[in-house]
Amino acid sequence: MADSLVQTASEHGPEDPGRRDFINILATTATVGAVVAVAWPLIDQMNPAADTLALSSLEYDISKVALGQEVTISWRKQPVFIRHRTPKEIAAAVADDHAPMKDPATDASRTKPGHEQWLIVLASCTHLGCIPSFGQGEYGGWLCPCHGSVYDTSARIRKGPAPKNLYLLPYTFLTDTKVKLG
Amino acid sequence: MSGHSSYEPKTAIERWLDTRLPIIRFSADLLDFPTPRNLNYWYTFGGILTFCLAVQIVTGIVLAMHYDPSGAGAFNSVEQHIMRDVNYGWLIRGIHANGASMFFLAVYLHILRGIYYGSFKAPREVLWLLGCVIYVLMMATAFMGYVLPWGQMSFWGAKVITNLLGAFPIVGNAITALLWGGFSVDSPTLNRFFSLHYLLPFVIAAVVGLHIWALHVPGNNNPTGVNVKSKADTVAFHPYYTVKDGFAVSVFMILFAVFVFFLPDALSKVDNAVPANPLVTPAHIVPEWYLLPFYAILRAIPDKLMGVLALGGALAMLFILPWLDTSKVRSMRYRPTARIYFFIWIVAALALGWCGSQEPDGQVIQGLHGPTFIDYDINSVTWLSRIAALYYFAYFLLITPLLAFFETPRPVPDSLYTPVLSHPAATPAGAVAAPETKG
Repeated sequence: MADSLVQTASEHGPEDPGRRDFINILATTATVGAVVAVAWPLIDQMNPAADTLALSSLEYDISKVALGQEVTISWRKQPVFIRHRTPKEIAAAVADDHAPMKDPATDASRTKPGHEQWLIVLASCTHLGCIPSFGQGEYGGWLCPCHGSVYDTSARIRKGPAPKNLYLLPYTFLTDTKVKLG
Repeated sequence: MSGHSSYEPKTAIERWLDTRLPIIRFSADLLDFPTPRNLNYWYTFGGILTFCLAVQIVTGIVLAMHYDPSGAGAFNSVEQHIMRDVNYGWLIRGIHANGASMFFLAVYLHILRGIYYGSFKAPREVLWLLGCVIYVLMMATAFMGYVLPWGQMSFWGAKVITNLLGAFPIVGNAITALLWGGFSVDSPTLNRFFSLHYLLPFVIAAVVGLHIWALHVPGNNNPTGVNVKSKADTVAFHPYYTVKDGFAVSVFMILFAVFVFFLPDALSKVDNAVPANPLVTPAHIVPEWYLLPFYAILRAIPDKLMGVLALGGALAMLFILPWLDTSKVRSMRYRPTARIYFFIWIVAALALGWCGSQEPDGQVIQGLHGPTFIDYDINSVTWLSRIAALYYFAYFLLITPLLAFFETPRPVPDSLYTPVLSHPAATPAGAVAAPETKG
């Protein structure tokens, strides 16, 4: 190839495999590049649109959630649990901090310091996205009705097919009674 | 299609067209296609499935004229507008919704026929693979169609199935975001599912075209699995099999009509009469009956990624079947041992279907408590699914390849009409045996 390039370049004859190869490579590269350039907008249009992404934060007044109660609210179209935990639930979660778990985490790492009674997590089961129900399952927490994943009072996965604890989400306490999600 | 053509253009116009676009020749050859003379009623499901696809496309195009693919309007446009207000909307939607079930009933019998008579074996592997592709496309289409009424089962079914893809490491979440067009299943998801639900049936129709093309190269298999040896072994597709298929379609339409007119909601779930609510999961989520065995396999495995891979693997078994079964004998008529294992496989698939419809920790034998093993009671639906799923995979990966080596098949007839001649009913007293005159 390199030899033929040197020979034919000096001859300027009608058969010039070196130049022909170059044009082939150039044309193929340009075509592949063009196909990728056209394909990308056609694929990326399926990703969340700007107005969907704009639904980012939400303020919620937690004073209406009584001790031992739980609300399910919608944040960015995703269900979120805000659970006002009883001291008994917190104690049970802390006691299990070092029990064998699929996705080990301490109870303290799943709440904000000084607000341990508030557990705020995405309400979608990490298996296939169903909403678990509280008060069922043998760990005093949630049981997913779809495929039987069991979460404890810190919403950590303890049994069943789900691979992860219920996901945490970014939030801050604006005051003791007001929380900002997102 | 396979080089044979007995078409003779008769008029000047036909001759003119034949040298420009031989479409009449093409149609004539299709009708005249030499078809084995011994095909039984299990071979009519190809025609029945063509009928089903046509029914779904026609009713679907009509429904799309009245449907509103937005999260806010979808439920009402189906349950209020189409079902109550549009002229005959209830009928057209009843045919479309039950038509999906009829389509799957027919395709399952068609697939079982193919396995039993060894229709996937050489030289029909590509024909079989195209059929598997059609089946996967059908499942995707049916799933997206089920989402469109935007009831509770639609919504949560969509959520569970799209979350399946999130099981894949690294790319999983990017894929689900791409499918959802948001942070969760929502109006953008519904909109794109509607678009794809309209598109895929035409893709299916195109693959059906290839499927029929691939059928017409080697020609039909037949219940004996013996190759066609001469023209005497065949009859023309028309009128012999157009009439036979036509009769089968008519009988099939009776069953279809029973569902449409007398049991229109028998196969749907009451939860789907409740509008989609992203904050409440129905107590008991189940897919449509035709997906239940796969759902049971998914649930049987206590790990998300492995469960999803097993579900995909269950489908992949069909694709690789031609290379798993190396037995030279095609038809299970002459493979008594293979036949037994095949029937057990059907029972296992039905058991998986039953398991998929039950709660995971429900009891198989009511009132009996067994020891707990790998998270579940031995007498639970989950354990029955595990055993049935194990057999499902063992049938393909272990039993089928081993039988090809160890089974002694019964003698295979020399030609596909020998068994007909030797059958006592074929030669009544005093009759002259002349099978070639019997149609």
